[in-house]
Amino acid sequence: MGAKRPARREFLRTGAALAGGFTLGTAAPALGQAQTQSPMIKGEREGEIAYGARSKYVTSARIPHGGRPSPDTFGLTFHVASPLQDSVGVITPSSLHYFATTRGAFLPDIDPKTHTLMIHGLVDRPLTFTIDDLKRLPSVTRLHFIECAGNRASRRAKTVQETHGMTSNAEWTGVLLSTLLKECGLKSSATWFVAEGAEEVKGASSMPIAKAMDDCIVAYGMNGEAVRPQNGFPLRLMVPGFEGILHTKWLRRIKLVDRYYMNYNDFGHLDQDDKVAALAYQIGPKSVITFPSGDQRLPGKGFYEISGLAWSGGGAIKQVEVSIDGGKKWNKAEFRGTPQRMAHCRFAYPWNWDGNETEILSRCVDEIGQVQPTREQIAKYWNKPYDQTFSVPGLDNSIQPWKIAGDGSVTNGLA
Amino acid sequence: MGSRRVLPLALASLMSVSAVAQGPTYGIGRTPTADEIRARDISIGPTGEELPPGKGSAKEGAMAYRAKGCAGCHGATGIGGSAPILKSRDPSNPDVWARGRILPLRAPFATTVWDYINRGMPLNREGTLTPDEVYGLTAYLLFINGVIPEDQVLDQQNLAQVKMPLGDHYASLPDWKPRTQRLKGYPY
Repeated sequence: MGAKRPARREFLRTGAALAGGFTLGTAAPALGQAQTQSPMIKGEREGEIAYGARSKYVTSARIPHGGRPSPDTFGLTFHVASPLQDSVGVITPSSLHYFATTRGAFLPDIDPKTHTLMIHGLVDRPLTFTIDDLKRLPSVTRLHFIECAGNRASRRAKTVQETHGMTSNAEWTGVLLSTLLKECGLKSSATWFVAEGAEEVKGASSMPIAKAMDDCIVAYGMNGEAVRPQNGFPLRLMVPGFEGILHTKWLRRIKLVDRYYMNYNDFGHLDQDDKVAALAYQIGPKSVITFPSGDQRLPGKGFYEISGLAWSGGGAIKQVEVSIDGGKKWNKAEFRGTPQRMAHCRFAYPWNWDGNETEILSRCVDEIGQVQPTREQIAKYWNKPYDQTFSVPGLDNSIQPWKIAGDGSVTNGLA
Repeated sequence: MGSRRVLPLALASLMSVSAVAQGPTYGIGRTPTADEIRARDISIGPTGEELPPGKGSAKEGAMAYRAKGCAGCHGATGIGGSAPILKSRDPSNPDVWARGRILPLRAPFATTVWDYINRGMPLNREGTLTPDEVYGLTAYLLFINGVIPEDQVLDQQNLAQVKMPLGDHYASLPDWKPRTQRLKGYPY
């Protein structure tokens, strides 16, 4: 409450100033307009009245991830990373949401009128749902991130788009999978489920029933409109906090089974080591500073609001800390908005740069007490030598350092 | 004593009644026919119960491997193409994991190989292989990796019985629970 008051006063003051401005403005418009006629977007340009577009001056764009072109020479799409360096707030616009395909793929062009979701296997009543059926059922709307298991920091990467761009955050609307499974009558022998997409490979993954009953969403909505084709139109299975590949796109079938079914994606998830295997679903606590970040340049010393994103597969982010001196001292960052479970949250830290070379980092803690580690800490835990060849087991959630040079240029601290 | 025993019994019978009586809440959705389910259900699990009738040997599979264009991407012998290799470069290594992430070696069940080929191959012509072709291609891939002899015919009955090199030499699957650490005792 106490913290909110000044903000409200601030708003009132700004509001009053604005109102005053309008009052004053009424006396002066003729003068102002006569002097500067700014360019205008007139009438309808390329269907923008029907569906709005951003300013031609805003050019933030996705890029192919990991060096493989997308689309390739055959028109197949592969992994594409989101421009986190330009992001503000917590929602990734659907047009900039990262996407990946299990292998180079053409996107299916699905007519939602003919698409159905079939749920069968170990249930009392197998059921087929149309999109209209699903829209009649009780809905949920939740913010959730998705992150590709290949979202891995690298010495060679220059920008935060290259190091962390294979994650995005959207508002997803749909029906809880538990609602549908109750409607079908889950048999007690059902311990796993297989989710399958309608794309050309019919990509499929096995997942534990505990997750299905906890918080999975059969989503038809994304950021206030229909899910985009690159993200699974007309239906995507949201598996909050689990690796991206499990968020089955173009969802057409869910089969309830009594074991891990070893279909398509499954065998690739096997591992030799029990401990490494345990990291294969849920994503650990992770954060990254998006401003200032790699390849950006600070124009000079002075005030900057350091801004970044934090998320965890274990729940909501509880705390983010920022260091402006290479990790010697850690300072509590503020949240912009309330952190949601398994969703990106925006953090900020006020910084007066003195113009000297330094390194800035962020780290986070989630609601179940998991802490974002340094690469060195991870290597120590796994008893591996910490050198250039060290690769973080499971999804890489290590701390990302950004180096600030005396001339204000920002580079990857791992390089 | 007596009343204490009655209460749990009464509760138990109530619970079982509610479990049996658990019907649909909304009555939304249509019951698919058995044929509709069969047509869409391409998940072949480790028991092989969903397998269609059909059969094929490595020799037949080798012909399909050339005729269906597999060799174009995976190489004439399962090595040397642009797509993932299908035969180990280090076939005599006793550690199966060290032989590489190769479907016919890494898959713990032959049904996984069948399922993968059937749902995902050939590129851009997925779903066009006949069951006999998929049995044959599975046999071919298992043969070139030394898993089965060249003359073995795989079919609906024996596919799930094939002893795979990986066996059960893989880590336990994670026992995931909500609101818990992904790995017990792992602080990160």
